[in-house]
Amino acid sequence: MSGNKDEEDPRINGIKTKIRVVPDFPKKGIMFQDITTVLLDPKAFKDTIDLFVERYRDKNISVVAGIEARGFLFGPPIALAIGAKFVPLRKPKKLPGETIFEEYELEYGNDRLEMHVGAVEAADRALVVDDLIATGGTLCAAINLLERVGAEVVECACVIELPELKGRQRLKGKPLCMLVEYRCSF
Amino acid sequence: MFAAENGLKGDPRLEAISAAIRVVPDFPKKGIMFQDITTLLLDHKAFKHTIDIFVDRYKDMQISVVAGVEARGFMFGPSIALAIGAKFIPLRKPGKLPGKVISESYELEYGHDRLEMHIGAVEPRERVIIIDDLVATGGTLSAAISLIESQEAEVVECACVIGLPEVKGQHKLKGKPLYVLVEPSGLDEFC
Repeated sequence: MSGNKDEEDPRINGIKTKIRVVPDFPKKGIMFQDITTVLLDPKAFKDTIDLFVERYRDKNISVVAGIEARGFLFGPPIALAIGAKFVPLRKPKKLPGETIFEEYELEYGNDRLEMHVGAVEAADRALVVDDLIATGGTLCAAINLLERVGAEVVECACVIELPELKGRQRLKGKPLCMLVEYRCSF
Repeated sequence: MFAAENGLKGDPRLEAISAAIRVVPDFPKKGIMFQDITTLLLDHKAFKHTIDIFVDRYKDMQISVVAGVEARGFMFGPSIALAIGAKFIPLRKPGKLPGKVISESYELEYGHDRLEMHIGAVEPRERVIIIDDLVATGGTLSAAISLIESQEAEVVECACVIGLPEVKGQHKLKGKPLYVLVEPSGLDEFC
């Protein structure tokens, strides 16, 4: 699933064609990968979830952690289908209970990702889900949060990878599964 | 209307859902008993019951769109959409959606906020349900209804997991039916 063209599942091209690229959002020079158009196509959305569910259903995943906010669109359906808990990883001050946080770098400055204390336990096998991996900073913060409470991060799963940003190398050795690559260069 | 008054009276799933919701006092500020659904998401069975109840209700109502309010509506809406074969549309805070949007403002306790939707996501005459985790005053849901109706689509119902006391006895929101699974937990202690 993560890049061998000869074995590419036929559903992947259907998903790829539904992703809308919006130039210069949120600022000039960025080709924004808009997945809302995938959600508008019930078949493409279902195929996206099915591809991940087929991969993870027999891997004893006990928790799916989704990164706010687009990770919330894909994570819960996967969690429900594979019998796992869903844990939202959120921007600061959104979660009401006691939290732990991990900082990560933005282009200018830092941000934080928070997780509820007690949501994930030391015996948990975790999957981290987001719509897209760019530099890998947010996913790395997510991995750190889960490992700090003793869970094992089995894999990171994203619909889209921007391979030129080398995010794969920032995942602390954890494997990445993605469905669609987007390359800016030709 | 509450699910218990509408065919699900005594359904043990409703009790399991209610029991799985955690009450956090004084969040985000003193006096508020915050209804935390993250504990429901940690309980796979109860989470599945929640989705199943909504799916059972909507699967034969020719719903073509599920619209979910950011961010907790995103945790429930997509699973419902997938199960009933509908599109999912995220209704988002300002500046998050990359394409052309329409927006609607709504009141907060102090000040205003805005909800945005992509133009073209919903088409005229589509049948829509709007999902959020909780309804309190109904301000956010009213803004969501306005967005959908501005595109000449029909809001069939608004659906929430939890309904605060202000909405009990109110079957309709801005003229639209409201369907709620459970009342808030822990309010007796508050009074």
